[in-house]
Amino acid sequence: VENVRLLDRVSSRKAALGTLYLTATHVIFVENVSETRKETWVLHSQISSIEKQATTATGCPLLIRCKNFQVIQLIIPQERDCHDVYISLIRLARPVKYEELYCFSFNPKLDKEEREQGWKLVDLNEEYNRMGIPNNYWQISDVNRDYGVCDSYPTEVYVPKSATAHIIVGSSKFRSRRRFPALSYYCKDNNASICRSSQPLSGFSARCLEDEQMLQAIRKANPGSDFIYVVDTRPKLNAMANRAAGKGYENEDNYSNIKFQFIGIENIHVMRNSLQKMLEVCELKSPSMSDFLWGLENSGWLKHIKAIMDAGIFIAKAVAEEGVSVLVHCSDGWDRTAQVCSVASLLLDPYYRTMKGFMVLIEKDWVSFGHKFNHRYGNLDGDPKEISPVIDQFIECVWQLMEQFPCAFEFNERFLIHIQHHIYSCQFGNFLCNSQKERRELKIQERTYSLWDHLWKNRADYLNPLYRSEHSQTQGTLHPQMAPCNFLYKFWSGMYNRFEKGLHPRQSVTDYLMAVKEETQQLEEELEVLGERLANLQKLQLNGNKVNSKQQDRSKQLGLSASSNSIANTPQEYSNDLKSFPSRSPSQGDEEDSALILTQDNLKSSDPDLSVNSDQESGVEDLSCRSPSAGGCLPSEDSGKDSDEAVCLAV
Amino acid sequence: MEFAELIKTPRADNVVLHRPFYLAVEGTLCLTGHHLIFSSRRQDNAEELWLLHSNIDSIEKRFVGSLGTIIIKCKDLRIIQLDIPGMEECLNIASSIEALSTLDSVTLMYPFFYRPMFEVAEDGWRSFLPDQEFELLSSVTDEWRLSCINKEFSVCPSYPPVVIVPKSIDDEALRKVAMFRHGSRFPVLSYYHKKNGMVMMRSSQPLTGTNGRRCKEDEKLVNATLRPGKRGYIIDTRSLNVAQQARAKGGGFEQEVYYPQWRRIHKCIERFNILQESLIKLVEACNDQSHNMDRWLSKLEASNWLTHIKEILTAACLAAQCIDREGASVLVHGTEGTDSTLQVTSLAQIILDPRCRTIRGFESLVVREWLQAGHPFQQRCAQSAYSNSKQKWEAPVFLLFLDCVWQILRQFPCSFEFNEHFLVMLFEHAYASQFGTFLGNNENERSKLKLPQKTMSLWSWVNRPEELGKFKNPLFEANSLVIWPSVAPQSLQLWEGVFLRWNRPSKFLDEAQEEMINIIKYNRELQAKVNALRRQLAELETDDRMQENL
Repeated sequence: VENVRLLDRVSSRKAALGTLYLTATHVIFVENVSETRKETWVLHSQISSIEKQATTATGCPLLIRCKNFQVIQLIIPQERDCHDVYISLIRLARPVKYEELYCFSFNPKLDKEEREQGWKLVDLNEEYNRMGIPNNYWQISDVNRDYGVCDSYPTEVYVPKSATAHIIVGSSKFRSRRRFPALSYYCKDNNASICRSSQPLSGFSARCLEDEQMLQAIRKANPGSDFIYVVDTRPKLNAMANRAAGKGYENEDNYSNIKFQFIGIENIHVMRNSLQKMLEVCELKSPSMSDFLWGLENSGWLKHIKAIMDAGIFIAKAVAEEGVSVLVHCSDGWDRTAQVCSVASLLLDPYYRTMKGFMVLIEKDWVSFGHKFNHRYGNLDGDPKEISPVIDQFIECVWQLMEQFPCAFEFNERFLIHIQHHIYSCQFGNFLCNSQKERRELKIQERTYSLWDHLWKNRADYLNPLYRSEHSQTQGTLHPQMAPCNFLYKFWSGMYNRFEKGLHPRQSVTDYLMAVKEETQQLEEELEVLGERLANLQKLQLNGNKVNSKQQDRSKQLGLSASSNSIANTPQEYSNDLKSFPSRSPSQGDEEDSALILTQDNLKSSDPDLSVNSDQESGVEDLSCRSPSAGGCLPSEDSGKDSDEAVCLAV
Repeated sequence: MEFAELIKTPRADNVVLHRPFYLAVEGTLCLTGHHLIFSSRRQDNAEELWLLHSNIDSIEKRFVGSLGTIIIKCKDLRIIQLDIPGMEECLNIASSIEALSTLDSVTLMYPFFYRPMFEVAEDGWRSFLPDQEFELLSSVTDEWRLSCINKEFSVCPSYPPVVIVPKSIDDEALRKVAMFRHGSRFPVLSYYHKKNGMVMMRSSQPLTGTNGRRCKEDEKLVNATLRPGKRGYIIDTRSLNVAQQARAKGGGFEQEVYYPQWRRIHKCIERFNILQESLIKLVEACNDQSHNMDRWLSKLEASNWLTHIKEILTAACLAAQCIDREGASVLVHGTEGTDSTLQVTSLAQIILDPRCRTIRGFESLVVREWLQAGHPFQQRCAQSAYSNSKQKWEAPVFLLFLDCVWQILRQFPCSFEFNEHFLVMLFEHAYASQFGTFLGNNENERSKLKLPQKTMSLWSWVNRPEELGKFKNPLFEANSLVIWPSVAPQSLQLWEGVFLRWNRPSKFLDEAQEEMINIIKYNRELQAKVNALRRQLAELETDDRMQENL
């Protein structure tokens, strides 16, 4: 469709004219301006809603909201075209079969072997070995080998040595969806562990001997402690309501040596609404400070983030400081339980704060334990009530921790944002389906590629320059504060307003420091070369020979750090009154404009200095991974230029 | 000796000091005329706390049996608690602190007694003189002149002795204009934008009153700053409503009929007690130790602090935009022209002028646009967030300005030569200091107090290389461009470095800062090494060639 206008969300008066293309996998908007031909690519799987608004004089507006928080507003001149686009997109954004998803057609030009290697990057058996398991207390169990006990669990689960198959099966029958207690994290130093399960089917009075034995076995696997915590991550009221349906929570009287604890994290429906409310706040056009803060509070989002974090802090404290094992569950044990276990692991073990470790953590607590990615993130057309930003919240918890502990994480904010993006993009097979069983049936590993491999290859983009493995913040357990005035939970504009670049700091400390570090590395190399040459020269000089010298261009290297230091240098709309002078003297603004272009280059998903590498490696891969976010960096709000709609100041 | 009379118990032993995130320490408390000194008597590393009495905002006392507790709340927002055994000692100490922290006479303040332990290399009182500033200006334009009309502070008591005005306006006309402006603050030059020759001026409100008085000289003066055929903007920092109400009290605003080449824009920046209350509420929220997220956010919102930040920044950005983008000159004023006006003019310069983003340039900006421009520091900074005695002159106007600078610094972390500590340091010294810089309300008072002769300037201390290192931003790379900050609510944040400074463990953030410094330091060292080697190599090679030629 031609002559489509793409509206700028920040400054409504500015729009780009261009052509809209629909392909099998993407919506593509190409600007008409000949020298730039800026492209905006949106994956169909990223589309969360499409709204056709009332036709106006200028055309028919179409609003596309994406799961990565991009909002695209198009105006299509002909209503009929708009309707066609609308209908097509509705169909394209709601695939019904897995085979329609992008990952089955996405081909980064890797051969079979490379693909298999990619899938092997994260190996959970290796991870349990790293924790020191199997050992005297824990062993791998094959009770679920054909998904015979629990179809949403992995085939290999780690359980206490004293838990026999009989106990496991018995316990599984007493738990929702047969998700019996299994090991999530084990602390070598003091034998304390984090186990996870679903709620017990206790109703008002039911008991299960095997389940009681199971918990006993978990306690015994930690000889240093005479009790375990059972943490129910639900609000007490919700848990009690579940009893009426024959589910519920552990009765302390029936289980020997447990301490039961509720931690009120709300359910997926509350979280979905909360995010919805927060996004509405993000979308407000020029909100006042009060509008924004009030809306943020009213959405409850940060309160929920804090609740998840508090639960993680509680568990980490129990394990690290008290040396007590913890069993965590919610209702089904695949949402809140996953959040809380992974936050606790992240606080406890520095390994999970490395890039590789973080991949392992998501693979362990989310992918392998049957977090329902397909349902929660709406990859296939399904029940909208199943959709909820569960892992988004976990990712935000990590970001909040990064803000408080800037040296503790090997990866940077971009890493988190790209993971979030790909959870929805369906470009890689990692997060397809609802369980390991479904993924195996679909032969995901043979037919798609692994995100972890992709991120790992581009890891230079995702490094935190402040991370040093020997730094004190990278050792041991993190101890965040609890009160909001001590641990300031912030609104994450880098995520929820990530496509409004105008709102973000115009200079990135991370990129700057990365460029400096890269330059440092080059200097180190050059130093070595120079040293050698000097030594040679001195030696040769004795012999009266001349050395052929190649002077390296120094200025090129200096340019490195300077280029990372560019700025989006345009004013916002600071006043609605400032439209009275139509002319803008032509002599000004040249420098600023050039700076702006520079920035847009820089704002691509990967640093320009670094993206060169990936270009060479695999052109296609780079194109497809860069386009979704690169296309998004359009808002260049330059209200100084705007002079249409001139409203004279009324005095 | 007056101070001795106020100090009934100069020393108490076995006092326990409590601070957040530190273990309680036992030690000895001493009171001197200007300091509260606590020193732990532990052998290993004796800890000392020196607190200026003038930094104390309020104190509370409590008793449990014979153990007294004094809670001291400081103007820098810190709260400490002292447990003092003995009822009498405790009462004596509390009353002494109270008396010493609320001395009436300026000349009894610490700066008049402070003797520096360092050698003064450069007298800060003479570091930023108007003549130097004018010299810089006259190198680019000859349309302005330095007027000594206010030499004896006879025309305008809150202006400095010399001001920069349009060349075409003589002192006689200035005198007339002064009569037409609130507090005689006639329009003077605040900033000259080299790029396009546009200017920013500041003044107070015109005294139009209800019957629309006019002053031809004022009109002439204001118009003298315009290029032929060009127009300008008047940014009134009050809402239209407030400006109209001001007419009833003899004030007012420029009317279009008399200033046809000017377009007036009203911005709403709050004043005095509203700002002070906002600060009190914000600090209260920040000290709330409860774990409740909703309460925190609603208290933060109710304080309106960030709303004020947004308003001030928006007005400043607007002024900068008029100058740089619209190519128009700007006149800024509110009512007195000593508060919101200065916030706007100084922030606009930070946006427009790269020089103001250097340490030296920023100091010069504070001197020009705040101290010399007559911001009444002594009145505004007499009390901070914990004070109960509400006099109407206190307001965190300067703190709001610093907060706005911090917001821009956060958005452009590589464009400022100074770091956050520099801004925090200025905040501290504005409220309590051993230096005389922020004493008095204007240059007139400062000269009467003979501050340059009798006290040490803050700049004499800060600008020593030993001190400067702490305030340098390792990421700084000179950036000659105009920097446009975002004023969207998503882009503005609570300034943790001031408001949560005493409530959070800063260790992790300090470590991050240290990492940054190390990364950059190492890089610089390598660069130096590489350059040295290159030079060496080049020399060897030329030697080589010469040998060959021989």
